[in-house]
Amino acid sequence: MAETALLARGLTRRFGGLAAVRDVSLALKRGSIHALIGPNGAGKSTLVNLLSGELAPSEGTILLEGRAIAGMPPYRIARLGVGRTFQRSNVFRDMTALENCRLAAQARHPRSWALHERAQACGPSIEAASRALAAVELGPRASVIAAALSHGERRALEIAMCLATEPAVLLLDEPLAGMGPEESQRVLALLRRLRTGRAMLLVEHDMDAVFALADVITVMADGVVLASGTPEAVRNDAAVREAYLGEALTA
Amino acid sequence: MDLSIFLIQVLNSVQYGLTLFLVASGLTLIFGIMGVINLAHGSFYMLGAYAAYTLTSLTGNLFLAIAPGVALAIVFGYVLEWIFVSFLYERSHLQQVLLTYGLILVFEDLRSLAVGDDVHGVAVPAALSASIPLGSTMTYPVYNLCISAACLVVAALLFVLLRHTRLGMMIRAGASNREMVRSLGIDVGMLFRIVFALGVALAAFAGMVAAPASSVYPGMGNQVLILCFVVVVIGGIGSVTGALVAALLIGFVDTFGKVFLPDYSGALVYLLMAVVLVWRPAGLFRETTA
Amino acid sequence: MTGVRRALPWLALTLLVALPGFAGKFYIDLFAKIMIMAVFAMSLDLLVGFTGLVSLGHAAFFGLAGYTLVLSAPDKYTAASLWTSLPLAVAASTLLALAIGALALRTRGVYFIMVTLAFSQLVYFVFHDTKLGGGSDGAYIYARPKAQLGPWTPIDLGDGTQFYYVVLAILVVAFAFLRVLLASRFGHALSGIRSNEQRMRALGFDTYAYKLAAFAIAGALAGVAGYFAAIQFGFVNPEMLSWHESANVLLMVILGGSGTAFGAIVGAFAFILLEDAFSLATRHWLLLMGGFVIAAVMLLPGGLASAGERWRHRATASSDG
Repeated sequence: MAETALLARGLTRRFGGLAAVRDVSLALKRGSIHALIGPNGAGKSTLVNLLSGELAPSEGTILLEGRAIAGMPPYRIARLGVGRTFQRSNVFRDMTALENCRLAAQARHPRSWALHERAQACGPSIEAASRALAAVELGPRASVIAAALSHGERRALEIAMCLATEPAVLLLDEPLAGMGPEESQRVLALLRRLRTGRAMLLVEHDMDAVFALADVITVMADGVVLASGTPEAVRNDAAVREAYLGEALTA
Repeated sequence: MDLSIFLIQVLNSVQYGLTLFLVASGLTLIFGIMGVINLAHGSFYMLGAYAAYTLTSLTGNLFLAIAPGVALAIVFGYVLEWIFVSFLYERSHLQQVLLTYGLILVFEDLRSLAVGDDVHGVAVPAALSASIPLGSTMTYPVYNLCISAACLVVAALLFVLLRHTRLGMMIRAGASNREMVRSLGIDVGMLFRIVFALGVALAAFAGMVAAPASSVYPGMGNQVLILCFVVVVIGGIGSVTGALVAALLIGFVDTFGKVFLPDYSGALVYLLMAVVLVWRPAGLFRETTA
Repeated sequence: MTGVRRALPWLALTLLVALPGFAGKFYIDLFAKIMIMAVFAMSLDLLVGFTGLVSLGHAAFFGLAGYTLVLSAPDKYTAASLWTSLPLAVAASTLLALAIGALALRTRGVYFIMVTLAFSQLVYFVFHDTKLGGGSDGAYIYARPKAQLGPWTPIDLGDGTQFYYVVLAILVVAFAFLRVLLASRFGHALSGIRSNEQRMRALGFDTYAYKLAAFAIAGALAGVAGYFAAIQFGFVNPEMLSWHESANVLLMVILGGSGTAFGAIVGAFAFILLEDAFSLATRHWLLLMGGFVIAAVMLLPGGLASAGERWRHRATASSDG
């Protein structure tokens, strides 16, 4: 049965006098995809930054597999098992796809003091990298410099890098942004495959994808949660319809 | 410490701080809006001081030297931006540092060729050469008060420009988001040229006005430059208010430091910077960066 | 690396080893000086080229080592022992690097550049304004350190040729060390930080710790260079700590091409030979130097050795979502 990998309670984040996120609670369970939707300015990115540690909450708690992580620096949270992708592809553009993933895998076993050991000769990290690339179907492009990959391939590479760190929780910020229909389908299928054994949070604007993929949907607007539940429940929620979906979704 | 000596030190601190503010405000604007770190900024101060010396020798009076001096500075800044600085936009910090360092060397030698390497004094204009009494035994030069007054006026004009004019609005917008300014259809190239010329003029004006109170010597630009960097670090890049606060703070720390700890006064300012860094790594008044 | 590029370092090494065989004292001393500066430049390349940290205060570690040598001599005319004064000098530079780095690395980008400059100025003022190292005049090193071990003196640093070979050995060891570092996991992590620090943090790397370690190693290596530079000059003065020195070594790194360690060596050679040529040509050589620097930045962004790959990849940034 799925257990809760990440539990956020009462998260609030203020900037000056403004609360970008107010009293938001969220539970991410292993084996399920949790989508986060809402209009621009709803606080979705802020929430993701709170969960990954880029921002510290003004109030509230975050438990990662029972352990309190609110306020920890991003690198510590990442090491504890949270991987994330960014709205704008955040990869190492001047390195090959394989090296991108290898470096990611190195984060698990840094052994930084072992200066005499060549990084490229590190079997475990190279294997982990190859596996991660294979999982996103980028195996054949392993020796291509990241800057030369297509936009969609770079998005996939970023996901592969996260996989190489063997996270328990994946936070994906608009993974489908800027993709054509074919690429979107491929990434959707990939996300479905990745669900096993991991808790995934997906911030997305593509409503078709969200309703097709998500097990749970949370709707945010103006920094608060409007509704949270199964796709059906959310689709039929009056407040959500009024605030966000409008007539666009006559289900 | 007796009251009149204390008052003198306060006045000195304010004068020093305000002069530093004028130079540093240019640096912080140039960096905040154009994203260019300009090592040659101190040279503009030095060139302003030497211009004051030259023009005063020619015209006989510092007052007559200021307007042409500032006009020259604006033209110089405009041309410099057009030929060299515009190359540096979107370039790496390393390239900016090195190119502007090259400019320092070139300016040093050009000045050396034009007016030599001697140390000079600039005469205080006769009308302002009196001293006012402070307390029963001390006096304070009127001209030094004028320096502070002149800097205050210019500072006020700068604030008015930034907060109450269209140009000022574009400058402030550019400081926090260059892309947005571009997409609003504003001629960014022209805006940058104006900002750069403004920065040069501010530094040169400060150099001219302060020249009679301190001597005019070859290394003066470098010293000011580093202090300006400290001002910008403490005040926050792009923040003119921050530059004012930081410059005054440095003025006080340095002046009173020289009184109480003369051997270590040089180091005090950097200690101040270290303290601020521990507390606020992005400066006291960091502009919200886009 | 293509065949020719691979052979270059070996070719250079052979020439350097053979030099004292056919060159006179002037050239032996000149090349010893260049090799010392090459070590200094490589140490900065570790920061600039490997890690992406542009430091304008690197001369602080260079100069402090020289001053430590002077201050650790038993008295003015007695020579210090190489075996104690060198480790002491390097330790001093490393500690200073840790202290400055711990604070400076709390800042990023342009702030970092300005802060490193300001801290090195602090060190400059300490030596310039106080009597610690002879104030603005500096101090002479009347007797070069002795490399004595009990009854045996393996090296005489006073002999120009022996000094040359000691410096050559240090250059080779430093170069090999940096190449090994570059290829190690630690080195790859530094490359990642240079490429995209936010991504490194999001992957789980404590980037502050890595940068501090790199800063300390760079400071230590600069200290080694500074120690031998002081011996060769025969004196130390605050100018060794000045920001002009820091800017010059930065220029060496960019001239040769950053990020390969070998480029720094090429840059040191090019810079010093140019500096000598310009100052012989005219009294106003600063103008020539400045003009050259400006031209170099505008025309040769990749430097003389081939770090061009790196810059080219940055330039091919397609607009990405």
